[in-house]
Amino acid sequence: MFNFGQWTSAFNNWLLGLGVADWLTVLIECVLIAVVILGVYTVLALFYILYERKLCAWFQCRLGPMRVGKWGLLQVFADMFKILIKELISLKGTDRFLFKLAPYLVITSSVVMLACLPWGNGLQIINWNIGIFFILAVSSVGVLGILLAGWSSNNKYTLIGAMRSGAQMVSYEISLGLAIMTIVVLAGTMDITTLVAEQEYGWFLFTGHLPALIAFVIYVIAATAETNRGPFDLPEAEHELTAGYHTEYSGIHFGFFYLAEYLNLFIVSGIASLMFLGGWMPLHVPGWDGFNMVMNWIPGPVWFLGKAFFISFVIIWFKWTFPRVRIDQMLAFEWKYLMPFSLANLVLMTVCVALGWHF
Amino acid sequence: MSDIKDKILKIYPEATFEEGETLLVNVAEKDWFKVAGDLKDKLGFDVLTAVVGMDWKDSLGVMYYLTATSRDWEVVSFKVVCADKEDPYIHSVSSLWKVANFQEREVYDMFGIKFVGHPDMRRFFLRNDWVGHPLRKDYDANPELNPIRMEDEQNEDDTRTYELDENGKLKEIPGKVFEEDEYVVNIGPQHPSTHGVMRFRASLNGEVVKKVDVVSGYIHRGIEKLSEGLTYPQILHFTDRMDYMSAHQNRHCLCMCIEKALGIEVPRRAEVIRTMMDELMRISSHLLSFGCTAMDLGATTAFFYGFREREMVLDIFEKTCGARMSMNYNVIGGVIADLHPDFQKDVKELIRIMPERLKEYHTVFSGNIIAMNRLKKVGLLSKEDAINYDITGPSGRGSHWSCDCRKKHPYSVYPEVEFDEILEDGCDSYARYMVRMKEIEQSCRILEQLVDRIPEGDIRAQVPKIIKLPAGHWYQQVEASRGTFGVYIESTGEKTPFRVHFQSPCFNLVGVMDLTCSGYMIADLITIGAALDFVIPDIDR
Amino acid sequence: MGLDKIKSMSREDFKNNDYIDKLVEELNATGANVMVGKFDDLINWGVSNSLWPLCFGTSCCAIEFMSLGAARYDMARFGFEVARNSPRQADYVMVQGTIVHRMAPVMRRLYEQLAEPKYVIACGGCAVSGGPFKNSYCVVPGVDQILPVDVYIPGCPPRPEAMFYGLMQLQRKIKVQKFFGGVNRKEKIEEFFAEHPEEKGQIG
Repeated sequence: MFNFGQWTSAFNNWLLGLGVADWLTVLIECVLIAVVILGVYTVLALFYILYERKLCAWFQCRLGPMRVGKWGLLQVFADMFKILIKELISLKGTDRFLFKLAPYLVITSSVVMLACLPWGNGLQIINWNIGIFFILAVSSVGVLGILLAGWSSNNKYTLIGAMRSGAQMVSYEISLGLAIMTIVVLAGTMDITTLVAEQEYGWFLFTGHLPALIAFVIYVIAATAETNRGPFDLPEAEHELTAGYHTEYSGIHFGFFYLAEYLNLFIVSGIASLMFLGGWMPLHVPGWDGFNMVMNWIPGPVWFLGKAFFISFVIIWFKWTFPRVRIDQMLAFEWKYLMPFSLANLVLMTVCVALGWHF
Repeated sequence: MSDIKDKILKIYPEATFEEGETLLVNVAEKDWFKVAGDLKDKLGFDVLTAVVGMDWKDSLGVMYYLTATSRDWEVVSFKVVCADKEDPYIHSVSSLWKVANFQEREVYDMFGIKFVGHPDMRRFFLRNDWVGHPLRKDYDANPELNPIRMEDEQNEDDTRTYELDENGKLKEIPGKVFEEDEYVVNIGPQHPSTHGVMRFRASLNGEVVKKVDVVSGYIHRGIEKLSEGLTYPQILHFTDRMDYMSAHQNRHCLCMCIEKALGIEVPRRAEVIRTMMDELMRISSHLLSFGCTAMDLGATTAFFYGFREREMVLDIFEKTCGARMSMNYNVIGGVIADLHPDFQKDVKELIRIMPERLKEYHTVFSGNIIAMNRLKKVGLLSKEDAINYDITGPSGRGSHWSCDCRKKHPYSVYPEVEFDEILEDGCDSYARYMVRMKEIEQSCRILEQLVDRIPEGDIRAQVPKIIKLPAGHWYQQVEASRGTFGVYIESTGEKTPFRVHFQSPCFNLVGVMDLTCSGYMIADLITIGAALDFVIPDIDR
Repeated sequence: MGLDKIKSMSREDFKNNDYIDKLVEELNATGANVMVGKFDDLINWGVSNSLWPLCFGTSCCAIEFMSLGAARYDMARFGFEVARNSPRQADYVMVQGTIVHRMAPVMRRLYEQLAEPKYVIACGGCAVSGGPFKNSYCVVPGVDQILPVDVYIPGCPPRPEAMFYGLMQLQRKIKVQKFFGGVNRKEKIEEFFAEHPEEKGQIG
């Protein structure tokens, strides 16, 4: 596989070769990376908005955006310009500081998570041995933003939305973590690069036997709940709470929530693709060297994005098909079924690994 | 007829009778509450069908229409006149028939008749700072008295009960709707799931609803008052704009009431067309209801599937009536235009595809485990409550109350067609939802029987140029999409009616919101509202 | 009679709008800086193509509006897709149905809650003038009594095609407005409210 690390280290050496001081090199690289990340973030979010709109139109026998640009490709840009110039309303009786802080917390958490995902071999910002753990940790910051948004708006709907969200995200994080733990047990590492490299001849979804399959299903369910998407979109249940925790936000503040919602969808799909479907690793079949060669020609980022988009497709499919569950049903589902099940699955996986029952 | 007279004389010897289309019994105000209790307990008048406030210029009063379900749905009307026009009051019957709760509030709002012993005597449609009572004949319509007020209503929580003290004078006892420390969430009037501009104030305990206060009147257009100034053909168009999802049935009802008064025989072709249009309207309405229920529960895609088939029905309407909604099709004596040549072909096509599409709906939505969990055992309404609150239509039949007006008071060509009255015994939201889905099948069945049997002939009977109803009063009921729709007309022989009252099914449906929602979660409030399926302009009129 | 006879509108008819011609004239008369003008165009392009409606319907017109969103008419094609339930995030409110006295303060408050730039469409006879209920004791005879209306769509209820036409006219109107400089919308709205004062309202 082509290692993108060559490019990045070449760039680093070139900078150093120019006689730039060490600290300045690091600074320049940091700024560059930040620009790239924000750029990718925006483009991805816009793409996802269009992706979901087109998909949902397809499910609903409609066409979706058609008039703005060819096939409505420019629709999201129009939306972006519009949202940028929308008035920011400040309200009486709100906690101004927290009200303004909340969207930034939400968006920061999802930007940091995005930064942790490797897009290809060596195409990542930081490679350390607790990568997965770090992603999980950062993902919990987002819920803080949602809680603050709900609380500071001084509105009963947002408050109910935020409380639901808190309960939901805290509960489903457990299942999410346990599903990921199951794969970590199988891989024996939390380092994302190693984890992906281990899937060269068979993705974990297939090599991990039954427990990996179960873990995948649990992960997808929990991830849907984590990202507040249907059928678990209670925090912003439109038909009950108008717009949930972000009812009182307008303009770009609302835009942040809106973008973060879509980016989170990409992030959980990205993690799923890394953990279960081999991330940027092409599809290899042991023994079929010619086939593997051809597959290797397709660059890693394409594989990664393709897999992530597929999982997002499944999650979007859920949203537009299923009715919404009720808060008590949702919590009962997590604590009574999903969590015990994933615990048992973890034990099963441990046994499998200990006895060498996987491929 | 004489049989019921004897029975009423036995419990109330002072009763005087007036023969008419239905038997009218005069009851004195001071005896009314006791007589009403006896009527319910001894004579089996278990349904309060209509409460019509009246202003006879020299006196105020109320007409009550009672139905005895056990005696072949016999309807008898009772006339109670207030003793004093300056400070009118009547004893409330809301403790006997719960449905009277909102009905009496409406009468209070429109006529200023105070109901003694009513637990919550607030205005229903109009702002609480409104001056005057619009349906009184001496109402001052000067716009300076009631300008468009832009400030919020004050003291919304204030309510009152009237009692008679020992001197027979009215005594006001103030009360509160919600206590100070209750967590009251305001749902509406602009809310995606109230299906219009209904407003609920729900007091919550965590996510659990403790009490729901219904605040109506956000689209009260004063149709009944407007009707008093228009001729009979002119008031027809209001019916299409009340329950716009039962436009044909409502208009059918008003036309039948006027035809009954005039003694006009409607040509058979028109009768068949009317019946078919009613059933098409029912299909369209139930499809919308399916879509909205699905959407309120978050299954947006199912909503689009429901609308896909609804467009087919709308096309049929459009071809024949010239409009997709507010068709204005029925007129006095028949229908306004003949059928479009494609009508039979289109209806057959609709009947052909409906069964498989219904199957698709069940796969997409009703069979879904999440949908079932959301709908089943939610919003329980027992049969006794359904009768007491007069919940007719699919919602009442979901509580296993056989109340289909097409069977109980047959009209048009319904006696000649075969169809089943769908009854479910779940008493919950799922049962109400399923009744609707099955009624679509039954409507298709009726259409199938009629589509090839539309007789040739006139579409309209000869009616006089100027329509004047003889002096008297008439009451007519039909089965609209959401329940029994009634029209009351009182005429003094003029070109314009003296009083028109529309008894809408949705009005009763919101009456049970408090009963059905208490103890369930706030998300269930939306489910229950969706399954009851009320149309707000029908409530407010 | 018959669906087959309904033809789409000719381009000339669609473009024929005195009101917008007048707006363009005004705009040309005052003139604008090229940079600012281009930037204006970009923003106006964005705003006009991304009009998110506020879910607000009182009666029959709301059902036709649902048809407008459903598969046959599909307003998502134009980018009117994202119907927001929170007024803060919506761009225009389409008043569908009669506004009565009790609703008037609520309506005004909803308008105040919308974030700029905001537009009002009066949809249906009732919202335009009170319609068949004009003479009633508690009907507001036209929503323009209480809100500054941008586009009127007559009909009872208007067909979805009519609603499309109205929405397109709104788009055209937005495209000739000025975001920077000139007499902008905000001042016009303030003018409107100076003429229609509220009586000690508690709006906000």
